[in-house]
Amino acid sequence: MNVRVNGETRQLQEPCTLAQLIETLGLADKRIAVEVNHEIIPRSRYATHLLAEGDKIEVVHAIGGGAH
Amino acid sequence: MSTVMQRPAASAEDQLVIAGKSYHSRLLVGTGKYKDMEETRQATEASGAQIVTVAIRRTNIGQNEGEPNLLDVIPPQRYTLLPNTAGCYTAKDAVRTCLLARELLDGHSLVKLEVLGDEKTLFPDVEQTLEACAVLVKEGFDVMVYTNDDPIAARRFEDMGCVAVMPLAAPIGSGLGIRNPYNILTIVENASVPVLVDAGVGTASDAALAMELGCDGVLMNTAIAGAQNPVLMAAAMKKGVEAGREAYLAGRIPKKRFANASSPIEGVFF
Repeated sequence: MNVRVNGETRQLQEPCTLAQLIETLGLADKRIAVEVNHEIIPRSRYATHLLAEGDKIEVVHAIGGGAH
Repeated sequence: MSTVMQRPAASAEDQLVIAGKSYHSRLLVGTGKYKDMEETRQATEASGAQIVTVAIRRTNIGQNEGEPNLLDVIPPQRYTLLPNTAGCYTAKDAVRTCLLARELLDGHSLVKLEVLGDEKTLFPDVEQTLEACAVLVKEGFDVMVYTNDDPIAARRFEDMGCVAVMPLAAPIGSGLGIRNPYNILTIVENASVPVLVDAGVGTASDAALAMELGCDGVLMNTAIAGAQNPVLMAAAMKKGVEAGREAYLAGRIPKKRFANASSPIEGVFF
């Protein structure tokens, strides 16, 4: 199946959990937050959240920025 | 020694309280625009800041293996992180950013809200900011809000439940200093939550002036990160904020048009 991760298309084996995707991306030990189709998925649900065809996934982190 | 100890110390007892937490530093800094993580770390440390803003952005998939992480040099155990909604032009994007920040930082509720109006001025869109603010307060966030130097808007944000109101001194990154000190003064006089000048500070005297006007703190990024020597400027800003705060607490002399001799007239023998 195809999903979009941070704006780019990726092909995944089915079935695939969010935890498996994050592992594949090499982000398993990183401090990140994840949205699937605009809905935040808490870290505790990564292992049980099954991805579906066409899902739009956003993976974000904290970077320098901020004030003026 | 005793005279020093009797002074109303601006360091020990005089604390900035935001959302129930006390801070001895009244300088808040951003972490953008530095040349690398090491400079970010050094400048942040030199500033003495305890509250440090961060931005929330997409993770670069597959391009950041081994790249140093901001949170390694700005550890959340040591600093109070202030995720901000910089770059948001709609209430919806700002709320979404705050929700992601809360998940990212394990339920952290303190956020800096800014919703911008246009790219040329980066002035806040007050209407969109109010809309986002209402949602965030309802969601349980502690909102520090970036706004215009407009006393009416400032009061409205306070009434909505913001934990701090942060009027701009001048446009973001302009370094023009405080363009409208009388408005800042009015905002300070009206407010019962902390007022911090955010944006537009250029150098240490600008930060001192903000504090002399009675502001509770100053938030800045570009003035430090864009200086030729950011670490030295961070140290200068720390002193500017402290000096301004002490001058405010000390109570300055009134301005007079003519001279007022400081040596007594009695005992003059000539």
